[in-house]
Amino acid sequence: MTPRVPDAAEPQGTAAAQSKIHDSLALPLSLRVNGARRELRLDPRTSLLDALRDHLQLSGTKKGCDQGACGACTVLVNGQRVLSCLSLALQHEGDDVTTIEGLVNDEAGHVLQAGFIEADGFQCGYCTPGQICSAVGMLHEFGQGVPSAVTPIASLSATTLNDEELKERMSGNLCRCGAYVGICDAIRTAHERLGRQAR
Amino acid sequence: MSVIGKAVEIAARYLPDAAADPLLESRGYIGQPRNRVDGPSKVTGAARFTAEYAPDSLAHAALVCSQIASGRVAAIDTTAAEAAPGVVLVVTHANAPRLKAPDMLDPPTGKGAAPSDLPILQDDRVYWNGQPVAVVIAETLEQAAHAASLITVDYAADTSRLSFDALKSAAEVPKDILGEPPEITIGDPDKALADASARVDEIYRTPWYNHNAIEPHATMAIWSDADRLTVYDSTQSLKRFSGSFERVFGLASGAVTVLAPFVGGGFGGKAALWHHSVICAAAARLAGRPVRLALTREQVYRDVGGRTLAEQRVALGAHGDGRLAALIHTGITATPDHARYAEQLTFPARHLYASENLFVGQKVVSLDTVANTWMRAPGESIGTFALESALDELAYALQLDPIELRRRNEPDKDPTKDTPYSSRHLVEAYARGAERFGWSGRSLTPRTQRDGEWLVGQGVATAYYPALRLPATARLTLHGDGTVEVSAAAHEMGMGTATVQIQHAAERLGLLIERVSFRYGDSSLPDSPLAGGSCQTISIVAAVHAAADRLHQELVRLARRADGGILADATVTNTQLRDGGLSRVDDPAKTMSLESILRAAGQDQIEVEASSSMPRESLKYSIASYGAQFCEVRVREDSGEVRIARWLGSFDCGRVLNPKTAASQLRGGIVMGIGMALTEETLFDERSGRIMNPSLSEYHIPVNLDVPYIDILMNDVADEHTPLGAHGVGEIGITGAAAAIANALYHATGKRVRSLPITLDKLL
Amino acid sequence: MKPFEYVRAASTASALDEVAHRPNSKFLGGGTNLVDLMRENIEQPDALVDITRLPFSEIREREDGGLSLGAGARNTAVASHPVVRARYPMLSEAILCGASGQIRNMATVGGNLMQRTRCFYFYDEAARCNKRQPGAGCDAIEGFNRIHAILGASDACIATHPSDMCVALAALDATVQVSGPQGERTMPFLEFHRLPGDTPHIETELKPGELITSVELPPLDAAGSRYRKIRDRSSYAFALVSVAAAVSIRDGIVADVRLALGGVAHKPWRALEAERLLRHAPASLEHLRFAVDAELAAAKSFVHNHFKIELAKRAVVSVLGGLMGLESAR
Repeated sequence: MTPRVPDAAEPQGTAAAQSKIHDSLALPLSLRVNGARRELRLDPRTSLLDALRDHLQLSGTKKGCDQGACGACTVLVNGQRVLSCLSLALQHEGDDVTTIEGLVNDEAGHVLQAGFIEADGFQCGYCTPGQICSAVGMLHEFGQGVPSAVTPIASLSATTLNDEELKERMSGNLCRCGAYVGICDAIRTAHERLGRQAR
Repeated sequence: MSVIGKAVEIAARYLPDAAADPLLESRGYIGQPRNRVDGPSKVTGAARFTAEYAPDSLAHAALVCSQIASGRVAAIDTTAAEAAPGVVLVVTHANAPRLKAPDMLDPPTGKGAAPSDLPILQDDRVYWNGQPVAVVIAETLEQAAHAASLITVDYAADTSRLSFDALKSAAEVPKDILGEPPEITIGDPDKALADASARVDEIYRTPWYNHNAIEPHATMAIWSDADRLTVYDSTQSLKRFSGSFERVFGLASGAVTVLAPFVGGGFGGKAALWHHSVICAAAARLAGRPVRLALTREQVYRDVGGRTLAEQRVALGAHGDGRLAALIHTGITATPDHARYAEQLTFPARHLYASENLFVGQKVVSLDTVANTWMRAPGESIGTFALESALDELAYALQLDPIELRRRNEPDKDPTKDTPYSSRHLVEAYARGAERFGWSGRSLTPRTQRDGEWLVGQGVATAYYPALRLPATARLTLHGDGTVEVSAAAHEMGMGTATVQIQHAAERLGLLIERVSFRYGDSSLPDSPLAGGSCQTISIVAAVHAAADRLHQELVRLARRADGGILADATVTNTQLRDGGLSRVDDPAKTMSLESILRAAGQDQIEVEASSSMPRESLKYSIASYGAQFCEVRVREDSGEVRIARWLGSFDCGRVLNPKTAASQLRGGIVMGIGMALTEETLFDERSGRIMNPSLSEYHIPVNLDVPYIDILMNDVADEHTPLGAHGVGEIGITGAAAAIANALYHATGKRVRSLPITLDKLL
Repeated sequence: MKPFEYVRAASTASALDEVAHRPNSKFLGGGTNLVDLMRENIEQPDALVDITRLPFSEIREREDGGLSLGAGARNTAVASHPVVRARYPMLSEAILCGASGQIRNMATVGGNLMQRTRCFYFYDEAARCNKRQPGAGCDAIEGFNRIHAILGASDACIATHPSDMCVALAALDATVQVSGPQGERTMPFLEFHRLPGDTPHIETELKPGELITSVELPPLDAAGSRYRKIRDRSSYAFALVSVAAAVSIRDGIVADVRLALGGVAHKPWRALEAERLLRHAPASLEHLRFAVDAELAAAKSFVHNHFKIELAKRAVVSVLGGLMGLESAR
């Protein structure tokens, strides 16, 4: 149960901020976020991560390090998992971005979210949106036959999603609370469930 | 310790024990592996952390941190920054508001907030490389960060004390260690060591470490009027923070509210008030608008302290049968003069094993660094590495099984406090773990197991952590619809606070769990201790128990007067709260629902508050959790690369309130122990006093592939002297873990490594 | 991060043109290194020309049997490509050892070549670094140098190149296609990156305004090739030492061998001396160790990285020995 804290007022700050930037610096960006077309004017320095969090008020995607070393900022761009902190927002003109908030409508995302709760695949919850988005992307990659560092080189298509594969493929998402056992349980279960649903 | 303190301690032992908790062995909600109540909000991204609130006219702050370790800011040029686009304000010591220094953390009482006694941004003095010296406030984060890079600082550097090894011969004995004596002697340990038939005498070293919670520290400050402040802060210490802000800014008591509904990991790094929090509030006051200051990952290493490095000596002298004749554990840690925190690494040796003679003692070296602070199981994590490695070395010297060695030194009471253990089943935890892990038949000769290119070994070590309780207050609000809200200024950093408190409250009050809610994360709620020392859960449970008794009293009072007279003769002893009502124990048919009691009394709610008692039981008993950490390692023979193949933690940690969340906490500690042992090290350059790997790419915490399945056993034996028979489990997981790994590595390779992290070059 | 102008290029020609008209401008690919360096104020371009929409991400087989990797091809695409996996497995393995799944989806071939060192002192504005400020000095030489070079370093710089993919490209004798204001040119991969010498701030042979358009793999069958990466944790970390190797044996004699080392130098280290000694020699552990010792005879270590010399030797013996089918290749 979330505690009762004063609701934050609608963030008007960014609109005010935009007006203070010289217009020649701010550039237009049009992209789809969680299925909806969004139009923004952004300082080119704005990362995709900050565009999501501060300009679109989608704070589900987290900033852990802002240097591509933790994976907490993982989102899906055109179905592929990427680190939104290392991407400038303007690079995503016309792209299709899915964040944790958008996964409620995604079959894999939905199954994973339920699985994370059941398997206790999180503690503080800060890395969790990144873990789940990454898992959605990872399962898709696996289904497409993308190999990993532990895939035997001889097998030209992806092998079984055993523990080693799963762990290696998810190693780009750090969890300091150490919830890796639960994270793996959740993803393994979701993979099995989605496989059954597909058949 | 003072004479009076000693007298109080002795007198406390003659106090009667508190009455046994009627819920000690109950099996309702308590003990169920329930899913976290905040699970849905965390997995959907709805749970909001400090840097995710965006009030009107929010401005963004960026810090400038010092690049020298000691001296002064000779000059600071902010002209370019002030002229940069979007900049609202630049604050340095020259224009910062006059502020008092925050009160220092006093661990024995749990009072205070700051890790150091330094005033914040009040003068030109620099005390460590990384100390914040300026802050820029701007409309956007990008503008603030860029403007901060335009500030130039000229320093006048003093000579700094930066080398532990160069200065350790001048280390001094601290006045006390968390209120305990810095040295304890029993008998003549030096002589006993010299006379012993088997002896181990080694030095163990652990490096600087950093917490690296994935959420960087953040603060957002909103002033309403000149003298009311609301602060969102990623903190483990709401009440101490609010009090500290009041003190620092000279505000009235209650003028500051600190809010933290969700904290993205703390591990001790968010328990103290660091400079950035105060600087953010000061900047917000000057700017006249809300300000958010989120530390960059690098700044988390600059402004926030980590765990001190340590050099420990453990000397063990044993008889031929393994019984200890001498146990000597000493250690030197570092701390700056403005912090004076000696990490309590000798504490495990004070409480774990029987030895005929004993010496424990610590010293500290003064270095010019950021304040060192608590990091998960401060003291016990690094102390058990040394002690449990040494015991393992002794086992090999005696050709005795390491578990049997410990069994032979199992004390019947606390060896230095001389108090009985409230609940200790370490031997049984070892036995259960050994069976489950498959320990029997393990060779006592190292380097005999191989699997292709991999050497294989197994190791074991004791986990230990005290089960602390601090006084707390809780409020219960019974609404007209029969639901109850429990409130406390408690914290959620991943331990599942709300979930377990709701399980307890529902069972205590005889309510369906859906009828109970837990409100927390707000310093204006009833006082809870800081979420440290693994004490939060049972501290609040005790307060809720007291509040439930108060509510029971109040309901009896109202029920007696209710029309109909069903409960006219009700007393607190002849009634109980069950099934959503108040019922006669001898005749459950005589019952009134809580709603009907309220209705009869013409009240739409009842609110009670109660506080738990001082933890006198800890004076009378030695109260702690124990465990046996088993691990199997694989070492690639040509490269020294290490893989943890299996892990089993067998714990004696009291009654388990929620096995799902408890196992996660234990696992989390073990994972941090794997990092502590194999991969983590903060690189402190002694030439400059500067941390050189302030990032998650060069400070290596364990990744998913580093961590195998971790099997957890919990004996679930209630400790009748603690609330619900429970102990905290947040920190014990990291204790003993590094030694278990070092011991397993010795078993696999024949190489004994006594300095962490055990990187591959140490095994080549 | 300094303010900059952002421009999207639609073609190679317009990309070159945009950069040519802007002093202090840079091409932006995946951004996985450049954006980080800009945030750290190590790179401070006044303009970025985004080349991610350029039509040069194709991976295609060449008529001569080689493989052309478009500079814009993402790491994941290269590593997953069936021809790469079948004919140049060391390249696939190398890429898959690098970074994380997310970063591999973003990082481009061109950007991978251009990535800069992870040296702690390079990243710290308070430290002396001859890359960031020529002539300032090198704080790594007497500092924390565990991750630094043992070959080809200089008194000015002991940094290493952090890429995995580049080590494989070095072993495979790839060539780099470049377009610039002066037209197109090709250079051997081995010449693309430079040793530090006394100009460590100049890391590649790219001239100002030049853009990598593709990396070409020769028509090799390196099916018997492998990449091994040794690092401080099991994944998501840069190499301490890595080895890319390929070998073909005929009648117990080494017919051809390719060997490159990562994590040991300012550029991927093609072990030409070892190759020379191994080529046409019996495929035996003894010869292998002899060749490796010779290659590393000139290795110079520092206080914290001495172990790399022995580690590199063992890694080469294990990888090449394994490819040669030698027992007890330890």
